[in-house]
Order: sequence, then C-alpha cells, then structure tokens
Amino acid sequence: MDYFQITLDQAAVEVINRHGAEAFPYECCGFLYGHESEGRLITLAVPAVNSKSGDQRRRFEISPLDYLRAEEFALKNNTQLLGIYHSHPNHPAIASEHDLAVAMPYFSYVIVSVREGVPVDLKSWKLKENTREFQEEEVFVLQTTEAST
Amino acid sequence: MAKIIIPTPLRKFTGNAGVFETSGTTVREAIQQLTETHGGLSRHLLDDNHKIRSFIRVYLGENDINSLQKDETAVESDSVISIVPAIAGGI
Repeated sequence: MDYFQITLDQAAVEVINRHGAEAFPYECCGFLYGHESEGRLITLAVPAVNSKSGDQRRRFEISPLDYLRAEEFALKNNTQLLGIYHSHPNHPAIASEHDLAVAMPYFSYVIVSVREGVPVDLKSWKLKENTREFQEEEVFVLQTTEAST
Repeated sequence: MAKIIIPTPLRKFTGNAGVFETSGTTVREAIQQLTETHGGLSRHLLDDNHKIRSFIRVYLGENDINSLQKDETAVESDSVISIVPAIAGGI
C-alpha cells in the first residue's frame, strides 16, 4: 500500500525556500535525500543547476550527469534519493502538466510557490501507484535546532 | 558481466536492487534482459514499440548512447550502463 505523507526537516525547507527566493523570477531545482522506515523523512535538500535552455521563468531541467552524481552521492553517503524540488515563480505550488509529463513513480516532487521573491506555499506531489496521476502528499515539517547550511 | 544501474525511483520494480548484471552485448540486449527479468519496469522504460521512452536517457559510462550507436552501442563485460530519468517540469 502506497502512502502520501512526507516529513521534511526544517533545515531542508529553509534550503528550498532560500533557493526559490534567490532564483526568482527563475525556477530553481534540487535534490531531496533522506530515509524511509515508517514514513518518508527528508533530511537534506541540495540545490542543483537549472540547465533548461529557454525560458527558465517557466521551466526547469536537471542535466542527466547531475542526476547521475546525485545517485552516486546517495550511495556514498548512505542516504536515499527520494525526490526533487523546484519552484513555481508567481504561480501556485500545484503540479503542472509539464511536471506530470516526465514524473517518475516513487519520487516526491516538492514545489514551492514564490510570489515576487517571497516563498509563500510548499506542497508535495507523488504519482499514484500504477497511474500517471499525481496525488498531493500531506506535508509535515520537523523542527530542528541545528542551523541550516 | 556488465552492470545496469537502476535509478532510485525504479528500484521498486527490481525488488529494491540497484544493480542488474547482464550478458547482453548491446544496450538493446541488456535492456531487454532487464525488462524480461523485471517485467514491471517495461512500461516505465519502453514505449508501445518497445523502444526506450523519449524521457529516459541511457548512459554507457559517462556517455549518452544517443551520441554513440544508440540501442546498438556495444556493451563490454566491464561496462556500466545507467538509466537516467528526465528531471524536468515547470508552470
């Protein structure tokens, strides 16, 4: 049975929000790492380069080689690559048809809505099992005392 | 044997295995062995014509097979093949 809940460390949320704000009005993107046992916990968000040629205010892309590096990073650091984040500048944090077109099963797709440079909303989406439809995940934020990097 | 590295989101279809060993001598044969062994992968990797889907890249080492001989790229016993999902989207 699949589940649609995700918990993010506060530090990871801060990385996503800061990256979204700094990249505005362009889309930012990055990798989400963590663990799964009795649920999905994201402990680390790592910014990536938006390599999309064309209008990066409306599109993002991560290069295949950067993706390979991300998989290697997970192996070397005993963590799991569990998803991708990106921003929607001046648009809601709703997964779009472009997000759905190439979505992979299992991954969480976290989207931060950034309005005029200010992160205002964060949602997460995952494909329903055996379908090409997204379902929104319930998002929890785990407060941490360590400063984010 | 050559190895195929399975990306994280597709490992649920390989019993969580991250590596598949193959005796295929071309990329096409290697992918065919993979999908025959793990049938659930097929619809995520292959289209209705049994071709690799357009949003899936296949790398031999650090080279995209599209810059080599595509499906017919030769695979050696020490080759490492990586399946790379497209990561993209937008508003």
